[in-house]
Amino acid sequence: MAATDARIASRLPGLLRRAAGLLGSLLAVGGAKAIELPENRAEALYHVYKGGGVTADGPALLVRKSLADKVSLSGSYYVDAVSNASIDVVTTASPFKEKRTSYDLGIDYAHRDSLMSLSVYQSKEPDYVADAFSLDVSHEFFGNMTTVALGYTRALDKVSKKTEASFSDYAKHWQYRLGLTQVLTPSMLASANLEVVSDDGYLGNPYRAARVFGATVPERNPRTRTSRALKLRVIGDLGDRNAARAEYRYFWDTWAIKAHTLEVGYSRYVGSDWLADGFTRLYKQNDALFYSDNAMSETTYISRNRQLSAFRSFGLGGKLSYTAKRVPGQYEMKIVGSIERIRFDYKNFTDIRTGEAYKFNANLLQLYVTATY
Amino acid sequence: MNMPRALPLALLACSAALSGCSSFSLPKMPEPWVKPYERERLADPIMKGSADPLSGRHREHVLVVREAARGANSAQGGGCGCN
Repeated sequence: MAATDARIASRLPGLLRRAAGLLGSLLAVGGAKAIELPENRAEALYHVYKGGGVTADGPALLVRKSLADKVSLSGSYYVDAVSNASIDVVTTASPFKEKRTSYDLGIDYAHRDSLMSLSVYQSKEPDYVADAFSLDVSHEFFGNMTTVALGYTRALDKVSKKTEASFSDYAKHWQYRLGLTQVLTPSMLASANLEVVSDDGYLGNPYRAARVFGATVPERNPRTRTSRALKLRVIGDLGDRNAARAEYRYFWDTWAIKAHTLEVGYSRYVGSDWLADGFTRLYKQNDALFYSDNAMSETTYISRNRQLSAFRSFGLGGKLSYTAKRVPGQYEMKIVGSIERIRFDYKNFTDIRTGEAYKFNANLLQLYVTATY
Repeated sequence: MNMPRALPLALLACSAALSGCSSFSLPKMPEPWVKPYERERLADPIMKGSADPLSGRHREHVLVVREAARGANSAQGGGCGCN
């Protein structure tokens, strides 16, 4: 390969040869080390979310296994058992319980410095079924110091309403991803990710109500939306078995929402078997063009979905990981516990029970066992 | 000036410009400065930063159903070439 490159290069005139050399230094050196498939893994997780009158918990399982060092197959199963007495539900309807189940099947194929991944996904609730198909390609070059990734997801949701059998609608989604990861130094990595999502169809909630002149009306959302998100991330090994990370995401969409997310984290080993991690997250968004807490004029679109209101949230969390068993070159098993507390403060969503701006605290708990082999 | 006449003149002007630029050179690209054998620290689990797959997916689901922002969160940016 290198000899062929040299023969071709020797026949090129000066300027062209320099240009080829420039491109070659980006691509040809990639042959030093081929891309590797994701590690074989088995993971079992129990998760709980509790906050704002909602409790969602359930198990999740994942298995990943490679075949002949070329292909890796993966499958996962996830359950959310939801008990919902959120402010939306208690002020306009009755608390309810329901279950969401999702499945995911994937195949990854590694060839030289490229990794191709195909996956299918299905999520089912009694009144909402979502199907998705994803294709991702990543390629390492520049001596495997740079990774470029491209991804595409196509999804179709079927929306129904338990209290109205004749209600039936759809939502289609297109997601486009571009990612770049760069090794900066032997102890520092940086990445940039861009994702564009376009939606078409029913983009609201058939149970949710809006308020116009104090009266309750069904919400009316636009049937299209396009959003963009750009995330920059850096992570560094601080030495002495410590690492720190920081990331910032800017989000903007055609509903005039802009959001900022900032997250920082710190990890350190404690002894040979424990890994401790602490992190904090700040999030802030403004409201959608057609969002109103209580509209004082009739408009084509109207929503009182607090997900589209102006609010900020603050999260603080910690994770502790214990390596229970380690057989070098064969397998490793870890037991992990993670807890995060998130505070949501709404600026223009009134708790109509008290007349004050709504706020609540939520706790996120995860307990899992993960084994790589 | 019609096109058939203009073409040889344009080619002549281009070749003159190129011959005059023989000293021009493209900037030299840097060589990869972190070798595979220097990536031991990057391969350490402490450098993953984000959670394990199921844990990360769960957290992202919890946030995306409560916030308007979405996307650019998954690990599609790639690894460090150091698995």
